[in-house]
Amino acid sequence: MNKHSELAVYNFAYLDEQTKRMIRRAILKAIAIPGYQVPFASREMPMPYGWGTGGVQVTASILGPDDTLKVIDQGADDTTNAVSIRAFFQKVAHVAVTTKTAQATIIQTRHRIPEETLQDNQVLVYQVPIPEPLRFLEPRETETRKMHALEEYGLMHVKLYEDIARNGHIATTYAYPVKVEGRYVMDPSPTPKFDNPKMHRSQALQLFGAGREKRIYAIPPYTDVVSLDFEDHPFEVQQFEEPCALCAASGVYLDEVVLDDRGGRMFVCSDTDYCEKRRENGHRGHLNGETAGAAK
Amino acid sequence: MNDHPLLRVNAVTKYYGSRVGCTDVSFNLWPGEVLAIVGESGSGKTTLLNAISTNLMPTSGTVEYRMRDGQFRDLYRMGEAERRFLMRTDWGFVHQNPADGLRMTVSAGANVGERLMAIGNRHYGNIRQEATQWLGRVEIDADRIDDQPRDFSGGMRQRLQIARNLVTGPRLVFMDEPTGGLDVSVQARLLDLVRGLVNDLGLSAIVVTHDLAVARLLSHRMMVMKEGRVIEHGLTDRVLDDPREPYTQLLVSSILQV
Ligand SMILES: [Zn+2]
Repeated sequence: MNKHSELAVYNFAYLDEQTKRMIRRAILKAIAIPGYQVPFASREMPMPYGWGTGGVQVTASILGPDDTLKVIDQGADDTTNAVSIRAFFQKVAHVAVTTKTAQATIIQTRHRIPEETLQDNQVLVYQVPIPEPLRFLEPRETETRKMHALEEYGLMHVKLYEDIARNGHIATTYAYPVKVEGRYVMDPSPTPKFDNPKMHRSQALQLFGAGREKRIYAIPPYTDVVSLDFEDHPFEVQQFEEPCALCAASGVYLDEVVLDDRGGRMFVCSDTDYCEKRRENGHRGHLNGETAGAAK
Repeated sequence: MNDHPLLRVNAVTKYYGSRVGCTDVSFNLWPGEVLAIVGESGSGKTTLLNAISTNLMPTSGTVEYRMRDGQFRDLYRMGEAERRFLMRTDWGFVHQNPADGLRMTVSAGANVGERLMAIGNRHYGNIRQEATQWLGRVEIDADRIDDQPRDFSGGMRQRLQIARNLVTGPRLVFMDEPTGGLDVSVQARLLDLVRGLVNDLGLSAIVVTHDLAVARLLSHRMMVMKEGRVIEHGLTDRVLDDPREPYTQLLVSSILQV
């Protein structure tokens, strides 16, 4: 079985032109109404839903032959999910791929927003599992649509209230709800709340695709994105106690890496490209050197 | 009581296809007044309640409500956003089954605080303080504030539902069989509590019940319904002590036998 020849019979970027036009119309509508979830006729993709088929369809619809694609899962380019999606687009669109944030024109992500500030020639595509922020308390789709239409967002604060009542602080760390351009409340997918401030007035266009749920939404460049909170419990991002063990970066999102079975561990940048670039530029963390290889 | 009614119900009729739900019902509800709508099941009392409270569009007739600015508004000509806002600020709706009116999987405090958050309160400490105070008013211990209503008894759930509705200081509360499904001793306590709150807050209320004892204890005025029509309407004590319609006499005598 030759996977390459099987896919070769498909159109550029796998989807047929009619489907791409349909998805582009949904994207344009999403850009016109920031934060609003636009329904679209999600297609079957040659990968399971959990693999980000919504993001893949969005990427396939905006991708041109001259684009350079980067795909990350968590912050890394080399995880199975990211490698598969990157390989898929290399096969079906023959586009250039990169792991370097600055060189990419389209970045598809599952969790993280790159640490390096995105520019106005870049598009960030998110793979979204559950697009509806109100769903956890209101399972009825007709009712959640009405709540969005009438701007009835009290329930979002009920969720945050419960968080504080139970934990003493807002313990939500992922998929932390935001209000877009003062109007629609949006779930920023499983992104850590650490990255929420990066969405605010970003120069890059941000597109969100949920395949199973058949929704596309968007944050156009330079759009206000405000994390919900209480006056006496203001929004805060996670703080890390120590800098990256490899590149000494601080103020970035760190992952814990287990070094051995004796409890040894270190904290390193989740954005692997960012970390590598810093090391190339001569930044050294306290564990860089002999243990750096073990971490990779 | 004020010079103007709070609610004007005019010739409200609801058909389900060719079947009558309720027909040609008119009345005024005055500020601070409690009106009981009584009747057996199938009499049209629940249809009427739903038609007045905008849960069910009537086939014909009008329902007008006097807004806080003193102007009467036809509820079925209001925009949906405004109507829903009215329902969660100036109105309350107490369901027979508390699960229909509560969020069973969020804490008691959040259940009470939800309306405050819905109208823009963004101070956790204030919301919690207000919720604590309301739990006290409905006789729920403050240390239950973080418990979910699914861990509460039926009577507690009903009291929590009442607190959740009253936190925004509504002027009109609808109650659909508020004591239905509760033990007799629990019913009596709940009725005392509701009567106290209605008096203290000067609420207007429309209470639908099949139980004449509930009507006797809570209402100033009552309407008796049969086959979709109001067949008798008057001060509660008068209707219960001196019923004029044979059907009302039958209802009253059957309750007295119990
Ligand atoms: Zn690093």
